[in-house]
Amino acid sequence: MKQEQEKPKKFGMVIDLDKCTGCGACMVACMAENNVPFKENETNKLDSITWMRVYKLTNNKPFPMTEVCYLPRPCQHCEGLHTGHSPCVSVCPATATDYDMETGIVSQIYTRCFGCRYCMGACPYHARYFNWWDPVWPEGMEKMLSPNVSPRMRGVVEKCSFCFHRYQAAKDKAFYKETRAIAEDDYQTACTQACPAGAITFGDLDNKDHAVYKKKQDPNAFRLLERLGTNTKVYYLSRKEWVRKAGDNYLPGEGLQKPRRIHE
Amino acid sequence: MSTADDNEREVHGQETDADGGGHDSGTTVREGGGFVLLFFIIGFAASLVVGWLIFPNLLYSQKKQPFDFNHALHMGEVDNGCESCHFFREDGTYSGVPKLAQCVACHEDVQGDTQDETIFVEKYVSKKREVPWRVYSRQPDCVFFSHAAHVKMAKMDCVTCHGHIGESTSLPVYEENRLTGYSRDIEGHHLENLLCLKKNTADRMKMDDCAECHLEKTGRKTSVQTEKDGCFVCHK
Repeated sequence: MKQEQEKPKKFGMVIDLDKCTGCGACMVACMAENNVPFKENETNKLDSITWMRVYKLTNNKPFPMTEVCYLPRPCQHCEGLHTGHSPCVSVCPATATDYDMETGIVSQIYTRCFGCRYCMGACPYHARYFNWWDPVWPEGMEKMLSPNVSPRMRGVVEKCSFCFHRYQAAKDKAFYKETRAIAEDDYQTACTQACPAGAITFGDLDNKDHAVYKKKQDPNAFRLLERLGTNTKVYYLSRKEWVRKAGDNYLPGEGLQKPRRIHE
Repeated sequence: MSTADDNEREVHGQETDADGGGHDSGTTVREGGGFVLLFFIIGFAASLVVGWLIFPNLLYSQKKQPFDFNHALHMGEVDNGCESCHFFREDGTYSGVPKLAQCVACHEDVQGDTQDETIFVEKYVSKKREVPWRVYSRQPDCVFFSHAAHVKMAKMDCVTCHGHIGESTSLPVYEENRLTGYSRDIEGHHLENLLCLKKNTADRMKMDDCAECHLEKTGRKTSVQTEKDGCFVCHK
């Protein structure tokens, strides 16, 4: 008895950088949603854990031509140039991180990870974080942790999962009605819902009915370090050319390049 | 065992005769070989006893439930089978072990004359305390198990995984793994694991058993690393 095969999905994001104000609501929502540990003193950003991180970009021009852009960076969920050849998945010796062809999500199983951190070295986006300590929650806060996301321990790597537990919940809801169809609204990430500017759009990149399908084809869309061939699932939009150019490394005098698009 | 050993010694004796010279020293050495075999057999038997009988008793501690529960009696009272008490919520989540609120409708006062009933009403119902049941199928924190997927979509029976608990008149002993803190009931029994004597799904439920059934029933090979079902299907 083989069940009917579902059409594979490719969950992804389109982030409109012209709308992003850099408020950091996405980062806060993400920390709260995913039981992300934090330290009493977070001044050393090298060992702080932020699944979603807002970077500040500038065009490096003197006043009054100075411009600033904020860039939220979740895990990019790379597909690679051939099936699931994401940089982190291909180096993991523990089978702790995996690429699922059904959802296009790069998973991280914390109980499987033994903390070699190869994946952190392989990730070109610094999206992966190492737990240098066991999480210590302020008094009473452990009661506020989400039971839908397993907390991590010292010595393992963690990263953004596109709020996968919300997909599991959406599937459960659909299964209860004995269907497999999941509406666009049923599965949205915490950062998408928290963004007050509506800069983040989330959905199935391959589904014509989802908002991301159209937005990713915008002429102003680009992805981070596209020329590496990571084939990421997070698209960014900006009308400013210097922002689009900041998404990749260019030689002096080199023009903006449009690499081959794979998700179209 | 002893006869086999005697035969062994005889064979060795014949060999030494054929040798000719060096009689005495040769016999002692070969008899010593017989002893080695004897000790090997004794040691082997002893380690089997230790591994299959003594070690499991050390590994698992036997714990009792707060009080006994008669599933068969309750099945006679309800209309909708297991789902009368172990039901799905509207959002597809599963209620699991019933809360006190569900029992109170009937059990506000002592029903019948069993001691368990008295414990239930006096210790829990009247004090409005939830019963700290030990759950045989409790899963580790990293596991996401969807009852909706198995029961509603795959149309599996409760019995497939939980056995015939619904027809039982008392609760089985809760054997807790001293290292992991999880029940032996769903992990499977030691001897069966060693001899691969798994006949029913309910006999043993380790990760490989889940993966095996998923591959067989769904045929999905969407994981790039394992060519089985994706990790995030059952993990969170």
